Amino acid sequence: MVSLNSSETSNSHISVRELHKIYKRGSESIDVLRGLNLDIEPGEFLAFMGPSGSGKTTLLNLIGGIDVPNSGTIVIDGQRIDNLSSSQLTHWRSRHVGFVFQMFNLIPVLNAFENVEMPLLLTRLSKAQRRKHVETALELVGLADRMKHYPRQLSGGQEQRVAIARALVNDPSILLCDEPTGDLDRESANEIMGLIQRLSNEQNKTVLMVTHDPVAAKCADSVLHLEKGVLIEAVSPPEA
Amino acid sequence: MKYLRLIYANILRKKMRFFLTIGSFGVALFLFGILVAIHNGFYEGINAVEDNRLIVRNKTSLLVFLPYSYKAKIEAMEGVEYVIPSVWFAGVYKDRKNFFSQFAIETAGWAETYPEYAIDKDQWSTFAMDRQGCMVGKALADKFGWKVGDRIPIEGTIFPGAWEFNISGIFEGNKKNVDLNQMWIRYEYLAESIPFMKGQVGWYAVKANHTDYVNSLISRIDGEFSNSPAETKTEPEKIWMIGFAKQMGNINLILISVGGVVIFTLLLVTGSTMAMSVRERTSEWATLKTLGYGDGLVLGLVLGESFFYAFIGGAVGLGLAWLFVSNGDPTGMMGGLFALSAGNILTGIGLTLITGFFAGVVPAVSAMKLRIVDALRRV
Repeated sequence: MVSLNSSETSNSHISVRELHKIYKRGSESIDVLRGLNLDIEPGEFLAFMGPSGSGKTTLLNLIGGIDVPNSGTIVIDGQRIDNLSSSQLTHWRSRHVGFVFQMFNLIPVLNAFENVEMPLLLTRLSKAQRRKHVETALELVGLADRMKHYPRQLSGGQEQRVAIARALVNDPSILLCDEPTGDLDRESANEIMGLIQRLSNEQNKTVLMVTHDPVAAKCADSVLHLEKGVLIEAVSPPEA
Repeated sequence: MKYLRLIYANILRKKMRFFLTIGSFGVALFLFGILVAIHNGFYEGINAVEDNRLIVRNKTSLLVFLPYSYKAKIEAMEGVEYVIPSVWFAGVYKDRKNFFSQFAIETAGWAETYPEYAIDKDQWSTFAMDRQGCMVGKALADKFGWKVGDRIPIEGTIFPGAWEFNISGIFEGNKKNVDLNQMWIRYEYLAESIPFMKGQVGWYAVKANHTDYVNSLISRIDGEFSNSPAETKTEPEKIWMIGFAKQMGNINLILISVGGVVIFTLLLVTGSTMAMSVRERTSEWATLKTLGYGDGLVLGLVLGESFFYAFIGGAVGLGLAWLFVSNGDPTGMMGGLFALSAGNILTGIGLTLITGFFAGVVPAVSAMKLRIVDALRRV
């Protein structure tokens, strides 16, 4: 169960304390996150909503280790990640986090199989072992028959499913989704959300999703609102 | 090796860019190969020259003759083993474009003075006994299909007339870099056929007993004939050959300048290509970093692409240069020395890889330093 604004130490899967993030734009400093506190249990599916500039994506980036806070702590599975070096963060990220982007961000010159295999190239798995993992991941998202297809040969929904397979292939404990349905039509968006929900339930992945789509948010266990860098109370998913 | 697929797929992303970049490398390395072959043509023969050989020529100019009478005086000097009178003949075989070196020589002491040539003794004896005889290099014989015993016509230019010579023998080289595109005729035949050549020579080749005598012989020979109507300039044959090449201009400077400009241009072109290619893929680099690809790996991937272009383009260019040079010197002036050695090819490969590195290093560092959040925000 997610809890906000606790200042006590926690044994949660993800624990954020007094998180601050400031961006500089020329001479101007922008407080994007202002002392945010958050605890997330394993297997939770959280949606973050809020106006543009409220800090949703920034929070995701910090938890995912692709940015570092100005102050505060982030503890994931008992490990502090806010004080890791760049190379340590990179290594940690490759093992613990899967990312799903709004624009899919597939490599256009690689086919679906090769795109999904990209994270596995960083491991010591043999070619045969990598193949097995990739095939499993693509089967999971229902694209086993599209392995040799290039992104340009796939629909938007299929591309996003390949991206999800890529995010899962290393079996991370956390799946971070930044507007995963933002570039999809309604039908494809529903398919993707159904897939993410299923993955969260069946594989016990902790899913954190940023969205402006109330229909997508409805699939989450809880919805958190951010406004001006501060978390508002958790609510049940809104009615679509 | 497992990242080769990504590198390969990326460089083939835009076929036109791929072929133009490969083409740039190819043209540059082809030119490099030709320039090196030209350099070899002018300078490699120098390496085959013996260190104890001197050339004595007229101090005024190589075009001015020396008296034949100097031979006996030089032979009498301490440290001199052989003195060979020689004249530049410069005839034409059938067509002016069939240029090759022709020298009128005395045979006595020649083989001992020029040990870099492999000469059959019987053939040499035939040449020594036939005033109309000639010796031809194997490359020349192969080029024109000449055999021992053939009678070949040469149209005189410096020494006008329709000349004919009997091929007494075909010589090869005892060292590499020996010019086998030469023809030697008998000095005696020239002197008796051309009245003004009687008692005159173009230059003397002097073999010293030992390299220790070289410096003293230079001063003694020039000293002997100073203040005479035909003063001499004596120098080691290597220096003489270098000076001969320099008459055509500072070959080395020209080759280095042209080669340098070509490689620098290639660097700029390829650098620009790599920079554009990296900039176009900002989101992909950010995605790879998000997936866990570290800074070092990203640097390596970009440099890998640059090296790929360099290696393929360089191989194409050097391969074409080697094929071109294998057909021989199109001008006919440099003979068999217009060639590329294995060492030259390796140098070319090294140069192309170095160019690939410098062309790719700036974009590679740029990709390496890319901040994920900034790059993703740009998309």
